[in-house]
Amino acid sequence: MATETLTLGKAINRGLRRALEHDPKVVIMGEDVGKLGGVFRITDGLQKDFGENRVIDTPLAESGIIGTAVGLSIRGYRPICEIQFDGFVYPAYDQIVSQVAKMHYRSQGKVRVPMVIRIPFGGGIGAVEHHSESPEAYFAHTAGLKVVACSSPQDAYTMIQQAVASDDPIVFLEPKRRYHEKGQVDLDAPLGDAYPLHAARVVRPGRDATLLAYGPMVRTAMEAASAAEEDGRDLEVIDLRTLSPLDLGPVYESVKRTGRCVVVHEAPGNLGLGSEIAARITEECFYSLEAPVLRVTGFDTPYPAARLEEDYLPNLDRVLDGVDRTFGW
Amino acid sequence: MAKGDPAGTARGRRATPRSARSGGKSPGTDLVQLLTPEGDRIDKVTWSDGTEYSVDFTDEEYRGLYRDLVLVRRLDAEATALQRQGELGIWASLLGQEAAQVGSGRALRPQDMAFPTYREHGVLYCRGIDPIMPLGLFRGVDLGGWDPNEFKFNMYTIVIGAQTLHATGYAMGVNMDGRTGTDDGEAVIAYFGDGASAQGDVNEAFIWSAVFNAPVVFFCQNNQYAISEPLERQTRIPLYQRAAGFGFPGVRVDGNDVLATYAVTRAALDNARHGQGPTLIEAYTYRMGAHTTTDDPTRYRIASEVEAWQAKDPIARVKAFLTRQGIADDAFLAEVEEQAKQEALRLRERVLEMPDPEPLTLFDNVFPNGSPEVDAQREFTARYLDSFEGSVH
Ligand SMILES: Cc1ncc(C[n+]2csc(CCOP(=O)(O)OP(=O)(O)O)c2C)c(N)n1
Repeated sequence: MATETLTLGKAINRGLRRALEHDPKVVIMGEDVGKLGGVFRITDGLQKDFGENRVIDTPLAESGIIGTAVGLSIRGYRPICEIQFDGFVYPAYDQIVSQVAKMHYRSQGKVRVPMVIRIPFGGGIGAVEHHSESPEAYFAHTAGLKVVACSSPQDAYTMIQQAVASDDPIVFLEPKRRYHEKGQVDLDAPLGDAYPLHAARVVRPGRDATLLAYGPMVRTAMEAASAAEEDGRDLEVIDLRTLSPLDLGPVYESVKRTGRCVVVHEAPGNLGLGSEIAARITEECFYSLEAPVLRVTGFDTPYPAARLEEDYLPNLDRVLDGVDRTFGW
Repeated sequence: MAKGDPAGTARGRRATPRSARSGGKSPGTDLVQLLTPEGDRIDKVTWSDGTEYSVDFTDEEYRGLYRDLVLVRRLDAEATALQRQGELGIWASLLGQEAAQVGSGRALRPQDMAFPTYREHGVLYCRGIDPIMPLGLFRGVDLGGWDPNEFKFNMYTIVIGAQTLHATGYAMGVNMDGRTGTDDGEAVIAYFGDGASAQGDVNEAFIWSAVFNAPVVFFCQNNQYAISEPLERQTRIPLYQRAAGFGFPGVRVDGNDVLATYAVTRAALDNARHGQGPTLIEAYTYRMGAHTTTDDPTRYRIASEVEAWQAKDPIARVKAFLTRQGIADDAFLAEVEEQAKQEALRLRERVLEMPDPEPLTLFDNVFPNGSPEVDAQREFTARYLDSFEGSVH
């Protein structure tokens, strides 16, 4: 087993490299992905090794990136599109929700667009506006798209390869504030043996309450679980991983045991993923619940100036406050 | 075409960026220039559509332009330094683009409206806005602190190209208000980069402005790169030639020549205010520094290219001209240096004093008419913050 310690960003890079090696139809396209290796260097070195036809610096036009990827897909390619920052996906929004998501359905299954749309998402890096958004609910709300979020280097490495191999169009969310965090990655494990792409995972077993998180908030939830231990509370943490379709089986199973659940995400709470999850848990686990499902989320304001983001984003204290409230019920 | 076909003269010519990249040669005759890199004045230039460009400045006005250029560069350098010292999250430097910004900015009349992108600190300065304002945005204490209505200079726009449509719509409003057709009519200017020219929004702005004859000037600072991507990743023809396909005139100006950018912008604004519709100006220039302070330009461009552009510096040529003509003496040059130094110092002091915003301001200005949900979240957060011992907010 060839395990290496890699940052999450580097793990995606290695996963992309594997995908390019594995299938000559895989192409990477986006702004600055070539020579520069992307603004986060996630595609570093790939153009050098695979050439300008496999790793394509595109014009500065997001609708163009996604729209041409649709055409390339129809032609038999498997494009991996990089959107530079979350806040810049909206010029491509029409192509994604009106075209990418609907091709397969409206062609009665005859047309496939096996593309991956990579988006570094979320805040906490002190950036200027439009660089810290969490647009997942827009995409999860669109039938025909799949949406996943990775949170650890190992998952990042396998999930990106699974997403590329999938025939479904996938919005692949990368927690940009975690790009530099390190973890063990098994580089040689066969993809077929990997944990499934569309499955949630218990990342910390516990008895007293269930914490649900994905992407950047998984680590925060883990820290909250450690801190809660000091208060004598044993929290289970589940990394959702797949946001559409949601894999709530393990969640129901957990909540039925613990009786309490707190959902954590950075995106605004109003009509966010947490709302859907809370509703479904209520439907499925009503008689097991000791408290309503609570949400700890970003506020219903635009993403604020960087010096206010600590107040906007759910942090350790706010997650623990949510935990306190669920026990205070 | 009303104003002749600028594409006619350049048909079949190579896209210029290739030659520009391989040694920084002048893009040839398709360029309005009134002051050479050596500091020689060219009296007037006739563009291919017959338009004549010239300026007639008093000595005082020449000195004023020089002062603007030096100040703007010095303040920008101070902001870069402040970023390096951790006082700003990021900074987008205008180094190398001073002439394009001061020339066009000074050509604006008080009634004209400007729609900038995120690098227009020089235009902002010309609009009379306190130069500390953009530093708040880049420090992360606000999202842009000036009043766009008061200064007729809209907020910075980070989503590439979006503001070109806003400028067009604003200009349509100027038309609807009957504020064109006279000498004191209003005009609108939209700033954007060469990269932005690839965006759908920008192309839609071109179409709308032409169809509605909107009094808008599209001022593209072609600084040769969109982050790492050279011009040829966005276009295969010189950008000013795009205008012809949309049905309005395009002109290319030496963006490192403050006199030429002034002349060309003033003429385009005057045409707009007199009801003659849009113009595309391509200010041919170079971004001397990194894209922003997070960028590493050595990955995508070579030193000799940067050096070649150094020789075309926008300030050095004005200085050479002014001293040679006896318009500026050593005392004046020293006085400008000193003023720039003092203003930079003041800027630095004020940035260091810039307080972090109060947490609860997070909830301000979400809606003009308020929102019960946001109000509830504000109250919840206030209680939550109070629960911490010794909290102040
Ligand atoms: C819609 C959108 N996509 C991507 C970005 C990220 N980005 C910021 S600046 C930039 C390059 C812009 O180049 P150009 O338009 O030439 O302007 P310049 O910065 O060179 O003045 C990019 C890709 C963005 N801000 N907006």
